[in-house]
Amino acid sequence: MQTDEVLREFLTESRENLDLLDRDLLALEKGHVSKEGIAGIFRTIHTIKGTSGFFDFKRLTALTHAGESLLAQLREGRLAVSPEIASALLTLVDKVREIVATIDRSGHEPTDDYRDLIDRLDALRTGPTPVRAAPAIASPTPLTLTPLAPRMEVPSPFADGTIRVDVGLLDRLMNLVGELVLARNQILQYTLDRKDTAFQSTTQRLNLITTELQEGVMKTRMQPISTIWNKYPRVVRDLALATEKQVDLELRGQETELDKSIIEAIRDPLSHIVRNAIDHGLERPAARTLSGKPARGMIVMRAFHEGGQVNIEIADDGAGIDPERIRSKAIERGLVNRETAARLSEKEILEFLFQPGFSTAATVTDLSGRGVGMDVVRTNVERIAGTVDLHTRLGKGTTIRIKIPLTLAIIPTLLVSCGGHRFAIPQANLLEVVREEKHREPVEMRGPDGASGILTRRACRTCDPRPIVEYIHDVPVYRLRGALLPLVFLHQQLGVDPRPGPEDEENLYIVVLQADDRSFGLVVDSIRDTEEIVVKPLGKLLRGIPIYAGATILGDGKVALILDIPGLARESNVLSASRERAIAERNEKAIENANPPQTLLLVGVGERRMAIPLSAVARLEEIAPGAVELAAGREVVQYRKTILPLIRLDEMFPGRHPVAPRDGGLLQVVVWSGEGRVAGLVVDRIVDIVESAIDIQDHRPLPGLLGTTVIQSRVTDLMDVPEVIRLAAPWLPLAAGRV
Amino acid sequence: MTTTTTRQLCTFMLDDLYLGLEVKRVQEVLRWQEMTFVPLAADVIRGLINLRGQIVTAIDLRRRFGLPDLPPDRRSMNVVVRADDGPVSLLVDDIGDVMMVEDRWFERPPETVRGLTRELIRGTYKLKHRLLLELDIARVIDLSIRQEARP
Repeated sequence: MQTDEVLREFLTESRENLDLLDRDLLALEKGHVSKEGIAGIFRTIHTIKGTSGFFDFKRLTALTHAGESLLAQLREGRLAVSPEIASALLTLVDKVREIVATIDRSGHEPTDDYRDLIDRLDALRTGPTPVRAAPAIASPTPLTLTPLAPRMEVPSPFADGTIRVDVGLLDRLMNLVGELVLARNQILQYTLDRKDTAFQSTTQRLNLITTELQEGVMKTRMQPISTIWNKYPRVVRDLALATEKQVDLELRGQETELDKSIIEAIRDPLSHIVRNAIDHGLERPAARTLSGKPARGMIVMRAFHEGGQVNIEIADDGAGIDPERIRSKAIERGLVNRETAARLSEKEILEFLFQPGFSTAATVTDLSGRGVGMDVVRTNVERIAGTVDLHTRLGKGTTIRIKIPLTLAIIPTLLVSCGGHRFAIPQANLLEVVREEKHREPVEMRGPDGASGILTRRACRTCDPRPIVEYIHDVPVYRLRGALLPLVFLHQQLGVDPRPGPEDEENLYIVVLQADDRSFGLVVDSIRDTEEIVVKPLGKLLRGIPIYAGATILGDGKVALILDIPGLARESNVLSASRERAIAERNEKAIENANPPQTLLLVGVGERRMAIPLSAVARLEEIAPGAVELAAGREVVQYRKTILPLIRLDEMFPGRHPVAPRDGGLLQVVVWSGEGRVAGLVVDRIVDIVESAIDIQDHRPLPGLLGTTVIQSRVTDLMDVPEVIRLAAPWLPLAAGRV
Repeated sequence: MTTTTTRQLCTFMLDDLYLGLEVKRVQEVLRWQEMTFVPLAADVIRGLINLRGQIVTAIDLRRRFGLPDLPPDRRSMNVVVRADDGPVSLLVDDIGDVMMVEDRWFERPPETVRGLTRELIRGTYKLKHRLLLELDIARVIDLSIRQEARP
């Protein structure tokens, strides 16, 4: 019905506008008075008053009228802002919010007539306060809120440049895009077999369009985290007042974007964590001063993207959590007996906080500590495939870290084989991929528990007689750059026999994974490809198996299971603290082959990520295709008084998927200078420059590559540029020119 | 004159069992599909199939009823049913015709039907020459309903 629609609009907009008001009013309260600020507040109240009259919401009209009159005086400078006025306006906003919520729920206004508040507002308006200088800012507190932004236009559904869309519709679009990605993968599979160029170029177009469409649709669902964070300055202020504490709030990374469904899912967990921090974490000002801390407590909320995940941190500088109190509480509750409790590490003790109903708060306050606790937070976060971590230092404070995958539906993965079956490993958990060559004479090794380790004798480069897989207290480990990495044999976890293909029998493949901030190695039969896949949930029948996160359909139409890496770590017990201790006892932290970090240039060649040591890169250039000339049948370009030979890397390293047609865009060229030669390497895009310590394993998976590693959660090929030039342009004379 | 209600059942064969399911509950019937094996899953789950982009779990009905597997030269057929949680595929030996059955032929499982089979069917229809067992889909999919080990 028409009126219903309009009413709904009114309620939604009012809510949004009131949230914006909070921020401005808090600034006002702190003494940051500005004309635009007051004018903006006036406008919002005025708008609400007008529309409430249209709907005949008498109480709302009366209340906002009182507020508007007060604001009019402020706006015209006839009245000065005082803390009492700011406080009254904040209460006004709260009451208006209340009324809006009641209307939303029941369609009617509440029965309260808000007489007290109206009287208070009127009194302030007509009160004796003459115009006086704005109150001096009491203490030089750092501006803890975002700087007062230039007043934004109140958004309406018809404002230029934006449009309101039903979230359900966006969900449907996401699903369709997911299906399109699968279909594209299958079509690309077919093009590999067929040499029909017309078909191939059409498919390339389809590929590009699908990728862009996917990115575009995902963007529509992205919202900045400020959507939920905007409320926190107000929440923190109210909580601080209620608990008689002084709290400063710092928000960093407000523009970090998240998928809308993620925002909804973490709204409550974040709220709970903040309340906890103020209620239990931060001490009262007196106690803080006594321990040498500033009287004002600090909460820092930080959001950023890293490694394909959104990281949200909430840190307070309060009292921290006492592991001993938790230990005794756990014993008291019967969750663990005294002897076992004594042996638990601090990290394991903190895990008890995530048990349902566990609360060490001495007094259960209204705000938190009622046992609706960290267990609910963790459940909610894990429901969206995220993780929650807690770090604390007694007397110093506590930090809670939430990590959530950026998109739920489409993720990059690495495909591996085990027992003749294919599995997908999310690249978000992936650190590195290691291949070791087994010796020609395999020697079977058995650990004390009968588990068979894989074969021994490293290739004799170093004449190192140590077996590749060692056992420490029956824990299989692998020595990775001096540190010991606990191993899990995937075939053992799955209960299948290993079945490496003929070309993989000589190799040991270890996928280095990360779960819960710790790494371990997963031994598989072979490594296949990387593929972007659509995650599909498993049905009820299979949901209970902890090592699977879902399933997907690969490019060839077959179904593959997606491994749940934290689940796998838990099931195999590879990261239990006792194992860690065993390894730590024998861990030589001295890294034998100390590899200093190198600065690398990351580029994209087709679907590949490749890395070039930056030291030899002279320049990055963009060259118009028209500038490319042929000299003796080879592509060159005139460059800064010399002739620069060009090497097309997409031809040297063809990808699985055909690359974009060269349609006249500028060529990205990496000008490389070394060994007396100069060449221009043509790539598809420049990605980044990173510093990374990498162990370049000299096993040359392809000519022109030094090896493969993982950088920024993507499988990256390390280029051996001199070799590439030798292979691609053997005619290049030495000392061809200097740039 | 008494009115009789008739229903339509999809029928299929499993060893010498003649089974049926209400047509409404059957989404489609397919020949043998490539399945992806799921290690660690219950034995009765043969694998996952790709049904036009949807991933469907396949339950081997022979194993579910405790019957021996088909000989390797024979391939099962897929009966895709609509369960609460989404489609599930049942692997059967053969597909039969759609039968019209009358209510008055229906009986709760008779004494002759025992053990696990009894648990998994709603009842039987006495046809002219044979007995048609109607499957209880919810119970078939509820894998906690199992043959109790004999003492």
